[in-house]
Amino acid sequence: MKFSYYPGCSLERNARSYHQSTMAIAEPLGLEFDEVEDWNCCGATEYFAINKIPAYALVSRNLALAAGQNGSRELVAPCSACYINLKKTDHALAESPELRSKIDQALEAGDLAYQPGSLNVQHLLETIVKEVGYEAVEEQVTKPLYNLRVAPYYGCMVPRPSAMESFDDPEHPMSMDKLFETLGAIVVDFPLKAQCCGGHMTQISEETALEMIRRLLKNADDYGADMIATVCPMCQLNMDAYQDAVNQHFGTDYNIPVVYFTQLIGLAFGISPKELGFGSELISADAALAKVTEEPPKEKRRRRVKKNAGLPMPVMPEEG
Amino acid sequence: MSETLSARAPTFYDEVVAETNGLGGELKTCIQCGTCGGSCPSGPDMDHTPRGIFAMIDAGHKEDVLKSNTPWYCVSCYYCVVRCPQDIHITDIMYALKRLAIKAGYYQETAQDKAPEFSETFIGFVENNGRSFELGLATRYHLRYHPLDAFKMATGMGLKMFTKGRMDILPPKIKNISQLKSILNKAKELGGAA
Repeated sequence: MKFSYYPGCSLERNARSYHQSTMAIAEPLGLEFDEVEDWNCCGATEYFAINKIPAYALVSRNLALAAGQNGSRELVAPCSACYINLKKTDHALAESPELRSKIDQALEAGDLAYQPGSLNVQHLLETIVKEVGYEAVEEQVTKPLYNLRVAPYYGCMVPRPSAMESFDDPEHPMSMDKLFETLGAIVVDFPLKAQCCGGHMTQISEETALEMIRRLLKNADDYGADMIATVCPMCQLNMDAYQDAVNQHFGTDYNIPVVYFTQLIGLAFGISPKELGFGSELISADAALAKVTEEPPKEKRRRRVKKNAGLPMPVMPEEG
Repeated sequence: MSETLSARAPTFYDEVVAETNGLGGELKTCIQCGTCGGSCPSGPDMDHTPRGIFAMIDAGHKEDVLKSNTPWYCVSCYYCVVRCPQDIHITDIMYALKRLAIKAGYYQETAQDKAPEFSETFIGFVENNGRSFELGLATRYHLRYHPLDAFKMATGMGLKMFTKGRMDILPPKIKNISQLKSILNKAKELGGAA
């Protein structure tokens, strides 16, 4: 399957391991990625806060370039902010004729054109669970992640791409949970899995940001996660690079590695950690990865439901 | 914007709806239930919850709304949007309020709030190079507004990011920057001064 690929600025540098692991798992998954030639930044959450028409124009250049590359109708973005901006702009151009006429003129100034709806923008997680599918992923698993306790973290924009339809539940997404089960890992309950990591708040109001990050780390820790797996460079950066600051601010001692979901897929496919970009996380994932065993866990963690006891209830973690 | 209001001068409410590009037009159906504020992860640090802001917009309290830190503390997570019983595009309204605050220049009076400058510094690199630039953003923005933080960044986390090869030293640049500039200049011309 051929897909246009929009990496976004983060994957060029700070989230290089996300890009590396995506490329490493592409072939076993049967995915062919064609990078959009000379793409530009999507504006993140900043440009729409300043100037509306240029913000849409900035994103539209990427849409026009991707559509003009006559590869595929499908445009894949691994970053949550890029994904939502590309999808939202395509959607807004189709909805608002007034906006479209302005963007058409702006693109024309650069000898470009874009017909709304000519691309189907999808997030990489969506591509893997919908286009590839769990069975095809399972077929490639050669080194299951037995005994690794993973907290699947979706963040905000992947389950909730604005008011547009999502491929997963906006509040209780499950696609990554199922994916990690396919890889043999133990997927822990993670009630805050679709809460926001704070985005750029680390730069605006650090206290607000640290509290938001602390909640996520505490939640993953409460449920005994060995690591958090994420689908977004911003989430990875906040929870990884600011974990020290959280510990200092709140007097905690969290030491939870935060990795990309594609890195875990690669490990289960038998690809070397180095090729998947492991080692670039600030909180090392080595100790967590050492927990992976060759044999599946002996005990099935299935709780017996007593007769007439009603529905199984979620188990609360013990307060530390 | 609204068909029933066309006879009189546009109010602040009309201004907000117009700025949302038709995406926030359901604002008039807000029932003041407070689901938005209750769902907001950064709500406790806001001057007013989104619900409060909508009531203030309706009552025409332009200055209070645009001086509030509420839109700048919106993390754009869309929880309120998926939960709003009236399907109001709250996050897009927050983006619209940020733009109106910049246009009105009110935010400059609220010294504690440097969010607009952060957005503008970020976009400065994008407009000139076509790509974002973390190191430049961190140094330029922090040296100007939070010199102590810049020092903290450079010696602590920033250094670690460098050693892990996760930060560029020079700003990355796209090839056809002149094309992007032509597009953005035309867009600015069409979008008005804002």
